[in-house]
Amino acid sequence: MTNAEPTAVPGAPFGAPGTKRPLPSRALVLKIVSALILFGAWEIAGRVPVSLAFPTFLESMGALFRMAVDGTLWTAYAETLQPLAVGVAISAVLGIAIGLWVGLSDFFDWLFSPIFIVMQAAPLAALIPLLVLAYGIGLTSKVLVVCIMAMPVIVLNTAGAVRNTPESMKEMGKAFLASDLSIILKIIIPAASPVIFAGLRLGISAGFIGAILAELKITPTGVGDIITYSRSIADYPSMYAAIFSIILLAVLFLNLLEKTEAVLFKGNQRGYVSD
Amino acid sequence: MTLFGYRLPGMSSLIIWGLLWEIVGQAGLTFFIPPLSEVVGTLIEVIQTAAFQKALYETAYAFIAGVFFAIVIGIPTGILMGKNRLLDELLLPWVNVFLSAPLTALVPVLMVLFGFGMKAIIITTTLFAIWIIILNSRAGVKQINRSLVEMAHSFGASPVDAFFKIYFWAALPEILGGVRIGIIRAVKGVIIGQLLISIVGFGALFELYSANFLMGHFWAVLIVLFALAFTISEFLAYLERRVSYYAAKR
Amino acid sequence: MDMSQTKTVVVDTVPESAVSTRNISKNYGEVEALRDLSLEFPRGQLISLLGPSGCGKTTLLKIIAGLLEPTSGEVEVNGKTVTGPGPDRAFVFQDFALLPWASVIRNVSFGLEMRGVAKSEREDIAARYIKEVGLGGFENAYPHELSGGMRQRVGLARALSVDAEVLLMDEPFSAVDEQTRRKFQEDLLGLVQNENKTFIFVTHSIEEAVYVSDQIAILLPRPSRVHEIIRPSGFREKGADNIRRDPEYLDIVDQIWASLRTYVE
Repeated sequence: MTNAEPTAVPGAPFGAPGTKRPLPSRALVLKIVSALILFGAWEIAGRVPVSLAFPTFLESMGALFRMAVDGTLWTAYAETLQPLAVGVAISAVLGIAIGLWVGLSDFFDWLFSPIFIVMQAAPLAALIPLLVLAYGIGLTSKVLVVCIMAMPVIVLNTAGAVRNTPESMKEMGKAFLASDLSIILKIIIPAASPVIFAGLRLGISAGFIGAILAELKITPTGVGDIITYSRSIADYPSMYAAIFSIILLAVLFLNLLEKTEAVLFKGNQRGYVSD
Repeated sequence: MTLFGYRLPGMSSLIIWGLLWEIVGQAGLTFFIPPLSEVVGTLIEVIQTAAFQKALYETAYAFIAGVFFAIVIGIPTGILMGKNRLLDELLLPWVNVFLSAPLTALVPVLMVLFGFGMKAIIITTTLFAIWIIILNSRAGVKQINRSLVEMAHSFGASPVDAFFKIYFWAALPEILGGVRIGIIRAVKGVIIGQLLISIVGFGALFELYSANFLMGHFWAVLIVLFALAFTISEFLAYLERRVSYYAAKR
Repeated sequence: MDMSQTKTVVVDTVPESAVSTRNISKNYGEVEALRDLSLEFPRGQLISLLGPSGCGKTTLLKIIAGLLEPTSGEVEVNGKTVTGPGPDRAFVFQDFALLPWASVIRNVSFGLEMRGVAKSEREDIAARYIKEVGLGGFENAYPHELSGGMRQRVGLARALSVDAEVLLMDEPFSAVDEQTRRKFQEDLLGLVQNENKTFIFVTHSIEEAVYVSDQIAILLPRPSRVHEIIRPSGFREKGADNIRRDPEYLDIVDQIWASLRTYVE
């Protein structure tokens, strides 16, 4: 009765999937099996076919290969990644700065937090028609779409992380005569950086949603153009291939970030603040 | 934030921002920002129009249906994944993929498969909400304290008893947390769906307003939407605190 | 002075005090954490603050450290009034308070770094104290690679390396396992003897307090006051191995428990 192991860590069951993996080989095999099952089901459903607008897996991969060889895919990505990169860069710099400010000062917390809390809960995508009216259909609007999607989570995570710096670490700084600036630079920011980084990752994930939304809603460019155009001429394999590629890219990139995080902040992990 | 020893309520700074909005609007700096007072006036007008009520009804319908499917499919899937290792290992990679994937890219597929209507919007909503519900339900089941399970066995609980009296309650805080985040995502999903399939609900309303440059109307609807979304999210957080009061003390 | 302090033994036999607290009160809003508390901490000795939870012993320690401000009263260290943290005091934290992203040597040299000591010099000093606390070879390890006991050794080395006269220890061994704690207690006795420092030691373990202390100040809650000061005399010289079965040691442990038991829920 007494061998209770307090394993529960309430808060974020989020970023720690599959913590106990016995053998990596078994996990790998099962991943491959599960990919085979999914793609196999896709292939079969396409062959039946469940819908005229549902190409097989192999057809879609063929289209992807074709677009990769003739270069359409790469030009499209060069265009799609532009607003994404600019938007994410702006959101990161501005979001972390505001977040630090909000986390360190009661006044700015009171002033700014409600805005970002509302933004985090609200469907900000509804602002897109307004952004288009105000800034036209060019790059500016698309960058802004990425920003409004990515920024709230970056600000809130940064502020929360700064606020949650363990009290005893700050006291330790004071007890060993650190100045306020040293406490911020040498204790608070390093202590907060894993959560800030996680916020950045969530922000980038939201930024991807924004970038694609902008291309589908505002003007079809880049990957959004391939999707929209191939749909209009009923070239479904190309459409599915483009969608497959953007999801693959986003997932690979976010996974890479997660791996980087794990290496960078080894032994310094804390839960995420919020979704 | 305290002022002269008096603690200001959490959201009170929104009054300042409202005032700022009014000033910017009154100054006539930009056509796109009419004064807040004007927007509020329009708001009262707008919510009485048939077009608005239709949009609200359609959105609520898609939202509730989407969330319903996400919960009804998501929770059992998550619980099964938590209990069965093979299923877990087969599904978990995909749940993680879709959790972070830009799901907006899938909306065009849903449009060609299910038509430009309600069905596609409902599925979009479900897709936005379901993954986090699955993941949290799974985590909830996985974290159940072993000694609780052993306690149930040692006091002779039947499997059914154990499930409804132990597992369900032990996993409930995580499940509810997942449902809360899922519902917040569903709000975003239903709006994104309507924007891309812009002949239904608020999507159609926004098209109408921006085609006619009705800024006051536009902001009025945005305020209603944001307020609704915020209320839903706060209400769920409140419910979660009420129901999961024991979560922190396990 | 105050009714509640009638039992305080006036410190007159021992030499000059390193630290003295005068009429310290601390209120958190309505709650009185400490009321009118005065204590003397003689130089070169180890004084324990012992009491049930909620008696304000950690609050008092943090006031001495300058981390908390008393509502009224003052703290003097070497005759100078405390207004904040100073180079004359170093703190050992209950939860270690190590920087998880910094190696052992960087953690140990943190205090010196804040004092503006050049990098090569502070790392020399830090390396010396890392060896002294028995962590030689772990200079470049990170806190998460160490056991709880080893982590607290890092915290101890950090406090020693700034060479402060007064070491403030807030339940330093409460987060380590029983056997490690015993080892720590023995090492602490050696430290008190070899380093010419004053130790103020907060603990909730009666045995630990009696084992390591030259003086034990027993604090009682609601309102917090010094109930009694006990000075074990007979067994300190008999060697670390014999303390735990010394009759005086056992008597004092019993006596303290008798006065504390009514305050434990």
